[in-house]
Amino acid sequence: MNNLMKKKVSVLDLIRGNSVPLMFVLICAVFIPMSGFSGSYLLNEIMTRLGRNAFLILSLLIPIMAGMGLNFGMTLGAMAGQIGLILVADWQIWGIPGLVLAAIISIPISILLGLMCGVLLNRAKGREMITSYIISFFVNGVYMLVVLYMMGPIIPIAHGTLKLPRGYGIRNTVSLLPMRQTIDNALAVYVGGVKIPVLTLIIIALACLFIVWFRKTKLGQDMRAVGQDMDVARDAGINVERTRIISMVISTVFAGFGMIIYLQNLGNFPTYSAHTNVGMFCIAALLVGGASVEKASIGNVFLGVILFHTMFIVAPSAGTKITGDSMIGEYFRVFISYAVITIALVMYETKKRKSQSLMGQMLAQAQKDEEEGKTE
Amino acid sequence: MGKNVSTSLGNKTKFRQLIDDFGLPRVIITGFLLLLFISAPIVGADLPTQITNTINRFSWNAVLVLAMVPMIHSGCGLNFGLPLGIVSGLLGATLSIEFGFTGPMSFVMAILIATPFALLLGGGYGWLLNKIKGGEMMIATYVGFSAVSFMCMMWLLLPYHHPTMVWGFAGTGLRTVISLEGFYDQLLAKFLAIDLNGIGINLVIPTGSLLVFALLAVAMWAFLHTKTGTAMTAVGSNPAFAKAAGINVDKMRLISVIMSTWLGAVGILMYEQGFGFVQLYMGPFWMALPAVSAILIGGASVNKASIPNVIIGTFLFQGIVTMTPTVMNSAFHMDMSEVIRIIVSNGMILYALTRKTEGGR
Repeated sequence: MNNLMKKKVSVLDLIRGNSVPLMFVLICAVFIPMSGFSGSYLLNEIMTRLGRNAFLILSLLIPIMAGMGLNFGMTLGAMAGQIGLILVADWQIWGIPGLVLAAIISIPISILLGLMCGVLLNRAKGREMITSYIISFFVNGVYMLVVLYMMGPIIPIAHGTLKLPRGYGIRNTVSLLPMRQTIDNALAVYVGGVKIPVLTLIIIALACLFIVWFRKTKLGQDMRAVGQDMDVARDAGINVERTRIISMVISTVFAGFGMIIYLQNLGNFPTYSAHTNVGMFCIAALLVGGASVEKASIGNVFLGVILFHTMFIVAPSAGTKITGDSMIGEYFRVFISYAVITIALVMYETKKRKSQSLMGQMLAQAQKDEEEGKTE
Repeated sequence: MGKNVSTSLGNKTKFRQLIDDFGLPRVIITGFLLLLFISAPIVGADLPTQITNTINRFSWNAVLVLAMVPMIHSGCGLNFGLPLGIVSGLLGATLSIEFGFTGPMSFVMAILIATPFALLLGGGYGWLLNKIKGGEMMIATYVGFSAVSFMCMMWLLLPYHHPTMVWGFAGTGLRTVISLEGFYDQLLAKFLAIDLNGIGINLVIPTGSLLVFALLAVAMWAFLHTKTGTAMTAVGSNPAFAKAAGINVDKMRLISVIMSTWLGAVGILMYEQGFGFVQLYMGPFWMALPAVSAILIGGASVNKASIPNVIIGTFLFQGIVTMTPTVMNSAFHMDMSEVIRIIVSNGMILYALTRKTEGGR
């Protein structure tokens, strides 16, 4: 009987576990014909967005492995990447060397921010997500302080095109036109009108390989142990706090690289708002790919990018077709992003509670059995 | 870890203890505000005007901050889902105008119409939060965001027709900002207002708004001392004990969430009343964070809050928000107020979330 119940539960779990991707397949299936976009246009767009976003989303995987949930603090890395790009743009080092230099500049900033985030999250165990979320706002304030007030007087900025007319601070938009899509175009291949940015994909593949390799290292194993159960991991001699900090640092550095790849594709960025929504959209995409707060794979990343961004591309025009108002589709896709995250968080918390109460029941049963054994 | 805590406690001097009780960030923020008040006349800003602005903004925001109290008391944490209450309030505001009410009546009707929405949405929200005990704050944030973005679509789609509210050329879809002139703009603020402009001081006190806030605050204080109120506090401070004492934990939490949501609805109507405009669409999106950080600045923590916390916190927070731009501008010709506001408010929330002594699960 026990077996039967387990089977039932697992089928239900399977449907529940994949309900979000299934729902998105449905939404896309309805919206794509309505939007009236051609197949090659859609494929092209999806390919572009895959190259643009995949690396950023990969940066979320390691904190999930370490049991720290969705890293809303990935915005920190994004800001580090932007600072790197601003400096490189000022030094007029363009093309791939410029991007590599920006990545190198972002590393120490990312490490510092990641360390800070990790230390703070260690003080807020059990509510990592809300804390990392608030950290991202807090650091946004610091970022504004640095970019709006310190760039110019303290951090030398030579070019007037970057500076605000008042003489210090960076303009609202930083143009990266001379290095727009330099990585994407470096080894681009066209297949039936669809541009495939091979070099970008190679970089993303390398990041995937790194994550696969990292999972097998001692540190990666430790991280999974910490993610499973902090107390058990501590008893096993793992330095839990240090492991968690390292996972945040790696994630932040990755997010910095991801942001640089993201922005080279776009070719310019709004200095004070480019990073603010990146976290939300990346997390939503990962969750759409079937990931949960405690479990995410590389497969989830790619499935998520494709499904989420297909919805993102077709929603506005499909919305216009249905209601006659273009804003409806815009709002709809924002709503869906938030709703997906909400649903994923609710599912995670209910599951956690269920397993806790199940464990309690098992413990009670075991105690009861033991007592019965004694009396007999 | 345990060892560290005990040794640091042992080394604490009385003075350190005092600062720790009050919280270092609060000391810094209070000091900063005092500095602003002292330097305002020196740099040439008119102090009475500044005080008027601060009190004005206090009267707009205080009820929204008060909405934090019930949920903190019942252990549901900081109500990042405040936008849900705000959305109910906005529904009340727009429907009251749509139904053709004007003047003071439109304000009363707005509250009356908002109430069933707040009860309904708050009930659903409370039910959800009971399912996910322990993860309230993150989910509350996203429930709020989802509600706001869902309503963005609704503001466009719902059949509103009142000419003051819809886009002129299309005839449908609400405007992003609706003026309340002729409805309840400054309705309470003007009631019994004390205006010292007549004797040459630029000081205006919106007595009516403050009275309404005081009424709600006293009601909240009285409620917390009723049997239900004490039971709610018991649930917040020790759920296991409360359950053993025969209190229905889930019911208490549900009541607190509904109260919070309703106060959020009334809070936004009070805000609109002072501000003179209804802000729709993404307007309510970021309204939870200032309210949350205000109550924390006032001395509340993740699981403890009182009415004085609300009053002190709102005053300090709004004081900084209104004073920094003018003082900074006159002193350095440089407006850093936005940056300071972001760092102070989020720093305060961060401090509350990462304090080891509090609410550790």
